[in-house]
Amino acid sequence: MATEQDKILDEVTKSDYKYGFVTEVDADALPKGLNEDIIRQISAKKNEPEFMLEYRLEAYRKWLKMKTPNWAHLNIPEIDFQDIIYYSAPKKKPKYESMDEVDPELIETFNKLGIPLEEQKMLAGVAVDAVMDSTSVKTTFKETLAEKGIIFCSISDAVQEHPDLVKKYLGTVVPPDDNFFAALNSAVFSDGSFVYIPKGVRCPMELSTYFRINAANTGQFERTLIIAEDDSYVSYLEGCTAPMRDENQLHAAIVEIVALDNAEVKYSTVQNWYPGNSEGKGGIYNFVTKRGLAKGKNSKISWTQVETGSAITWKYPSCVLMGDNSVGEFYSVAVTNNHQQADTGTKMIHLGKNTKSTVVSKGISAGKSQNSYRGLVKVIKRADNARNFSQCDSLLLGDKCGAHTFPYLTINNHSAQVEHEATTSKIGEEQIFYCNQRGIETEDAIGMIVNGYAKEVINKLPMEFAVEAQKLLQISLEGSVG
Amino acid sequence: MLSIKNLHASIEGQEILKGINLDVKPGEIHAIMGPNGSGKSTLASVLAGRDIFEVTEGEVTFQGEDLFDKEPDERAKDGLFLSFQYPVEIPGVSMVNFMRTAVNEIRKHRGQEELKSSDFLKVLREKKALVEIDSKLTNRSVNEGFSGGEKKKNEIFQMAMLEPKLSILDETDSGLDIDALRIVANGVNKLKTKDNATIVITHYQRLLDYIVPDHVHILYDGKIVKSGDKQLAVDLEQHGYEWVKKEMAL
Repeated sequence: MATEQDKILDEVTKSDYKYGFVTEVDADALPKGLNEDIIRQISAKKNEPEFMLEYRLEAYRKWLKMKTPNWAHLNIPEIDFQDIIYYSAPKKKPKYESMDEVDPELIETFNKLGIPLEEQKMLAGVAVDAVMDSTSVKTTFKETLAEKGIIFCSISDAVQEHPDLVKKYLGTVVPPDDNFFAALNSAVFSDGSFVYIPKGVRCPMELSTYFRINAANTGQFERTLIIAEDDSYVSYLEGCTAPMRDENQLHAAIVEIVALDNAEVKYSTVQNWYPGNSEGKGGIYNFVTKRGLAKGKNSKISWTQVETGSAITWKYPSCVLMGDNSVGEFYSVAVTNNHQQADTGTKMIHLGKNTKSTVVSKGISAGKSQNSYRGLVKVIKRADNARNFSQCDSLLLGDKCGAHTFPYLTINNHSAQVEHEATTSKIGEEQIFYCNQRGIETEDAIGMIVNGYAKEVINKLPMEFAVEAQKLLQISLEGSVG
Repeated sequence: MLSIKNLHASIEGQEILKGINLDVKPGEIHAIMGPNGSGKSTLASVLAGRDIFEVTEGEVTFQGEDLFDKEPDERAKDGLFLSFQYPVEIPGVSMVNFMRTAVNEIRKHRGQEELKSSDFLKVLREKKALVEIDSKLTNRSVNEGFSGGEKKKNEIFQMAMLEPKLSILDETDSGLDIDALRIVANGVNKLKTKDNATIVITHYQRLLDYIVPDHVHILYDGKIVKSGDKQLAVDLEQHGYEWVKKEMAL
């Protein structure tokens, strides 16, 4: 009985990664290894102003004195940081006028991913800043956005064209010495996105970036900075897939968000990086620092993520609720399968008065994977009337996987109201049988039950992303279905 | 339609069904009655394919095919429907979505095209009216937060949607008040045709006032010990199971 069910679960959860392919684009890369000279070369290749080089060098010097964090519930193999290429850009320089000039291989890659740029351009309401390895290849809708004074470009372009803004905000939310991986990113970050929404502007479309790790052995060090001025609104989408690889690939990104008075930023992620094969070989190491500063009064920052990929995920999108009445939200679905490990969650730091935060985390573990939620709620002494609600659910498929919850509370104000709910459930044989009895096959039944379980979070995603996320959940758990 | 020969089944090594024989023809309603622990629900589960039970002996054919050759979902697609005694909750999955998937799976199996959304919703409305189910229920997640009566009505609604050949109602009357009982029974009667068959598993004769059986069987300790017409259910209600025991010298 139980073994029979395990067998079924085994079969349907042993699915291999569907986006395993490599694009052959000539890469212009620096040699392996990291030292001050490499950093100077990165900065020079990108034509950066002096302040940027100084920023990088300072971060590098701090990084040298730091150690890899080991407090997470993860088993991280030792990483040789001198065996990594820190800069790689497609040889043919970007800045194309039309699609004809874009490397056909690249277009093919996007086609395989089901996100051809041409179609994306036509998809009303979605601007795409496609990041292939480390350099922006194509930015669309720039002009429409420019009419409203919105800046949406690669961070490299922003450094060139808007150095004052970059200088003012870069590193103010995630300082270079925040943690080991943040320091590394600050030293070597190659590219990423920059968003600036001027005062009183509501961004008319979802801003979307597709990231993709490509050249072999290239660590990706994306850097994203989003600034929302007073009374502005923006919804930003980040989606990822990566080609199949044998070597482990390091990814250490930083995302910084600043929301000023009455501003709202919604940041959604669907992450599907290569998780390694079903024996646990290969796969992306994803060490990300994402943090939003709700700086202004009545500001709001909302993180929504659907995480199905990576061999190791170490990620805690956080909100610093500095402005009075500011709001922070975190909605997460994290799926681990086979030998994947995830230690993910959020930090809600209540600094202002009447600040409010909501955390909904849904973990799904299958195969031999380990899935941990780690969350901190901190209320400082002067943060009167802070409120937090946290709900952490875990769903287990089979009996070889693990789910763990690590909630931390630091409350220094008596008026705070903090609630935490946690549940762990096993996908029920009875639920599957009930579906079977209505003519629904076991694979489809599992997909249906899992999507039902994650619905609360999926519903927070923008429509077209939600559909993609549902598909991903099925693909990552169901083998042939999708 | 259904032919059960010398069926034995056990759970964790303990034999529950000890040689059941039963023949069900199209257009017939059979009632299976028996005290607690006699094996009524086990019989329903074994026929539907619940894998916690092991079939140790005997054979069952359904529409001429070996039932045990088929997975639970294949049996359902072939037209076997079980109204659960304890319907399961599936949070986050809407009834509409659930039913649409089920209906289309079954249609595909029958070589029919999938129903378009508008056609599906039309069928949904018709069937809801037929079994007098509250229209709000189909907007909620499968059985989630439903009362006992609502869950049972929901089972009959699903039966109406899936149009099975053979329906097994496992204690569908338990926990129902008289109004709900009437609604459920009316639903079953309306769905009755000369081509389909129903097995009603129940504890009490009460339900059989509404769903009138052609045959009544008394199940005792894993065997059918007495069969008769609807009068048997009345006698049983009057004299109790002790009477059967004495009569059969068990």
